[in-house]
Amino acid sequence: MHPALSVILLTTLLGVGQGLFLALYTGQLYSVARLLEHQDSQTFYAVGSALALAFLAAGLIASFFHLGHPERAWRSIACWRTSWLSREVIVLPLVMLLVFLYGLFHYLEWTTPLFTVAGTLPVDATLIIGALATLATFALFICTAMIYASIRFLQEWHSALTVINFTLLGGASGFMLAAAFSAFIGVHLVGFYATWAVILTLAALLTRGASLLRNHRLRPRSTLQSAIGVRHTTIRQIAQGAMGGSFNTREFFHHQPGRVIRMARAGFLVLVFPLPILLLGAAWGLSSEVLPLLAFLTQYLGLLIERWYFFVEARHPQNLYYQSIA
Amino acid sequence: MTQLALVIDLNVCVGCHACVTICKAWNTSGWAGPMTDQRPYDRDPTGTFFNRVQTFEVGTYPNTETVHFPKSCLHCEEPPCVPVCPTGASYKREEDGIVLVDYDKCIGCKYCSWACPYGAREIDEKQRVMKKCTLCVDRIYDQSLPEAERKPACVLACPTSARLFGDVHDPDSHVSVMIREEGGYPLMPEWGTKPANHYLPRRKTRLRIHEDELLRADNPLKKEGQLPAPSGDEQTLDDITSW
Ligand code: SF4
Ligand code: SF4
Repeated sequence: MHPALSVILLTTLLGVGQGLFLALYTGQLYSVARLLEHQDSQTFYAVGSALALAFLAAGLIASFFHLGHPERAWRSIACWRTSWLSREVIVLPLVMLLVFLYGLFHYLEWTTPLFTVAGTLPVDATLIIGALATLATFALFICTAMIYASIRFLQEWHSALTVINFTLLGGASGFMLAAAFSAFIGVHLVGFYATWAVILTLAALLTRGASLLRNHRLRPRSTLQSAIGVRHTTIRQIAQGAMGGSFNTREFFHHQPGRVIRMARAGFLVLVFPLPILLLGAAWGLSSEVLPLLAFLTQYLGLLIERWYFFVEARHPQNLYYQSIA
Repeated sequence: MTQLALVIDLNVCVGCHACVTICKAWNTSGWAGPMTDQRPYDRDPTGTFFNRVQTFEVGTYPNTETVHFPKSCLHCEEPPCVPVCPTGASYKREEDGIVLVDYDKCIGCKYCSWACPYGAREIDEKQRVMKKCTLCVDRIYDQSLPEAERKPACVLACPTSARLFGDVHDPDSHVSVMIREEGGYPLMPEWGTKPANHYLPRRKTRLRIHEDELLRADNPLKKEGQLPAPSGDEQTLDDITSW
């Protein structure tokens, strides 16, 4: 498939935004359970939510560049019964709204406990909004990934691993950003977020590795024989009905040499997984404030390449009809 | 239920592109049009088409065969392109099974084209909406046309009658009979899309001649020439047998 920049940005930016929100809420849960120190509502949660919202909004903006008619985008909520794309279009604003409310309640410090569970656990409005936003965030991961995983012709994508990878990679980058954010504003959560970022990154390495292996072993179900219905071992295309290319040659081919693809794979395997972990380790050793940010930026760059590779990796069966021009 | 479709006979298609030309001519000037082009008279011309004729070579020289292969939307009975559309712009008509795109609703997200394994959908780069074969829905019901012309433009244009049009759900229709009796097959059956369009395979008419039909078994010395005329008073086979 052709890797469109808008979709690469959309999926990675949304992943960071969702992951960052999950990190904030995880932090809040830990502090409610008195496992972590309490953080300031305004400087930590409200600013963090604003940051997550900025990433989500950037993803939303990127998505418009993928549409031929962005002004009609509102129509795409119509078919939520059948289309994962439609479901994503509904869930994304919902996530943004809930994250906004979460940040707003923290900013206004409407955090007086509404009731207490079991006499010890004070529950305030942000905890409830956060729980809803967490559900919506996971729903969004599923919707985004299912857009790709639900197309059965793209065998490389048609797997539960696609959903797991999108979730874990998004989560890893979000926790990475949370570590960087904590280091930047100087709260003592860097170690906590960095630990989770490392765990998520390692988990993502396992599942992304599994999907690389799976895709390597895949045999395409369609062949030139089934495509044109001629039973012969030797079939060669002579003409595809157009000399100057067509939508079919632009949208479904990446036109990249094998060397570039192999470099990209090696590149993202280094940038997404070991390098950020090493940088976080170094940050811990040196108590540095900028290294966590560098770790996040490194991983995000790697994720851009990872998403690029995700598209390039997928071989569409329609390509069988577009093997040769002259 | 009716399912209109094309049946394309690969045995007689000569790859003349008449169907491509008339398709573009009819649809660019009709209800679905215009179908825009980019650099039509320049280097690397490209544009929107509903129908393309491709050519394949089967076998290795000298035992090769050229197959011309017209390809357009197959109006699948289980169209995977329809449920993925977020806006409902892509739909399959209940009454005749034609798969259509509502150009006023389409947001040009291209998702449906990803979900078609045949590459039958093409985005119009200028109008930025998805386009595909309409089975000339604006011709086939047009009461102002003579009955015989209420067919897709490509079917009328084909000089070898390689394109047949009709209801593939009616077992007695011409297209159904051809599919049944001439070995009609769907493309990529492995995906379960149940294409309504079918293709008829190459069919060879072979004369079966056996060796002993070429060699005269009653002439062991291989002496060719006129046999001597029977002398007249000799007995003939009819005289000695009663059959
Ligand atoms: S051929 Fe492609 S575009 Fe046409 S109905 Fe089938 S899946 Fe949809
Ligand atoms: S490109 Fe148009 S018809 Fe295709 S899925 Fe998107 S909105 Fe629907």
